[in-house]
Amino acid sequence: METLTTISPVFDVESIREMFPILSRELNDKTLVYLDNAATSQKPQVVIDALSNYYSHYNANIHRGIHTLAEEATAAYESTRVTVKSFINAAFPEEIIFTRGATEGINLVAYTWGRKNIRAGDEIIISGMEHHSNIVPWQILCEERKSILKIIPVTDSGELDMEAYKNLLSSKTKLVSVVHVSNSLGTINPVKEIIDAAHRVGAIVMIDGAQSTVHLDIDVQELNCDFFAFSGHKVYGPTGVGVLYGKKDLLQSMPPFMGGGEMIKEVTFEKTTYADLPYKYEAGTPNIADTVALKSALDFINETGKDTIRKHENNLLQYATPQLEALPGLRIIGTAKEKVSVVSFVIANIHPQDIGVLLDNQGIAVRTGHHCTQPLMARFGIPGTVRASFAMYNTKEEIDRLVNGLQKAIKMLS
Amino acid sequence: MIEETEAEIIESFSLFDNWEEKYEYIIDLGKKLPVLDDKYKLPENIIKGCQSTVWLVAEYSDGKIFFRADSDAVIVKGLVSMLIEVLSGHTPDEILNAKLDFIREIGMMNHLAQTRSNGLLAMVKQMKNYALVYKSIHTPEKTI
Repeated sequence: METLTTISPVFDVESIREMFPILSRELNDKTLVYLDNAATSQKPQVVIDALSNYYSHYNANIHRGIHTLAEEATAAYESTRVTVKSFINAAFPEEIIFTRGATEGINLVAYTWGRKNIRAGDEIIISGMEHHSNIVPWQILCEERKSILKIIPVTDSGELDMEAYKNLLSSKTKLVSVVHVSNSLGTINPVKEIIDAAHRVGAIVMIDGAQSTVHLDIDVQELNCDFFAFSGHKVYGPTGVGVLYGKKDLLQSMPPFMGGGEMIKEVTFEKTTYADLPYKYEAGTPNIADTVALKSALDFINETGKDTIRKHENNLLQYATPQLEALPGLRIIGTAKEKVSVVSFVIANIHPQDIGVLLDNQGIAVRTGHHCTQPLMARFGIPGTVRASFAMYNTKEEIDRLVNGLQKAIKMLS
Repeated sequence: MIEETEAEIIESFSLFDNWEEKYEYIIDLGKKLPVLDDKYKLPENIIKGCQSTVWLVAEYSDGKIFFRADSDAVIVKGLVSMLIEVLSGHTPDEILNAKLDFIREIGMMNHLAQTRSNGLLAMVKQMKNYALVYKSIHTPEKTI
């Protein structure tokens, strides 16, 4: 933790980079340029240390133990819950449910709230830029309940058609589930407006915050969303832990997701009563170590300063965009006014995968493909894109290497 | 015979000094591979990767199998071209016994491992499946 307090208030990317051991790795004799942050972020030493400390010093199963280790592990686990509560400004810690990731959070809502409340003929609205994890759970639910899935169209610039959205809303709308920030395009959606409009017709709203939580200030009370899900590994934390936020009264009204230990009050063969929030939704031994380390990741972001990080990432986006646009045949997919530091693009007559392979040989990691948003790719009539996504530790020099690497790849492929 | 073709490929690659030369060669092979006529680009000929697609057509003639293939990504197409060069025109048994060590030798094993993204490993399996099928069709039934 000492390293954190020594960060100067002025953003110094080089000292940030020193905290991420993986960034000094060499690939093909070149220093790694990691631009696949929208897929997963790298981990600072404090997160790696938190994992190691947990297993080295106080690994124990939580909650029911009366020995010291169990108390320490429980305290650390619950302390992450309190940190998450502040991080997204939830009203109560018990509104924070630990999951495996955003995908599980969305599925939890589909399987519990959805199965309790969705009937034949009801409508669920999602958008045309959803990740498959915010499409498939609702399709499964709609198929089972004979309810209807409606899609908010996406404009040419990669923004949601808000007029069309408002026309889709009606008294039949029971749920709206949209992505806060598009993983493929980087678009920041006007979720506050989406939420308010949905509430006016009595629908509840789920926000997929998998991409937004690392870049934007999240205030679930101000947004007034009913559910919000994100993943730990995209906020500089470990894989395998995520968060579902839900409004307390909603979470209380829903049936449990999985049955098992931890989530019960009393079990007899005649009847089982369920535990109070949040434990009702945390059956079985949870992912204690990764949950504990998630706190270190969020503390790290807080101490670095979200505003400072955002400013740096925006600078990178502003620096990269015109240079990429100037490359022959390159077309950026997703030119929304409000974007996070994600640039998705295609290059005329070149398959994205070929670009990815040739960049990899130059030590540059980007993502190519459909980014688990096949309907969105179909909307733009492309098989996929090359996506470069920037995090707090990326530099202008790395963007220069990306541009040079692309020039080389284009030359080799044409 | 298959081993000889593999050895030739390995030798060609040994002349390259850096990754650029290696990939320029593969890209060139990909560009030179004849485009598969659209009438063969049928769903049943598709070997779907997560990102790129490979089409594979096999024909049996005079005890040998002849392959043609295509891909929408040129590096995959270059690798496909080498697999065709090595395996096409051989008997089912020769194809089934081929170890295809050249892929490892020329440092392209990582491409084969990316099964989800490019379908190359699935293509090798499919070529061997064709060999197995043609072998069973054209082997006279044993009389007991």
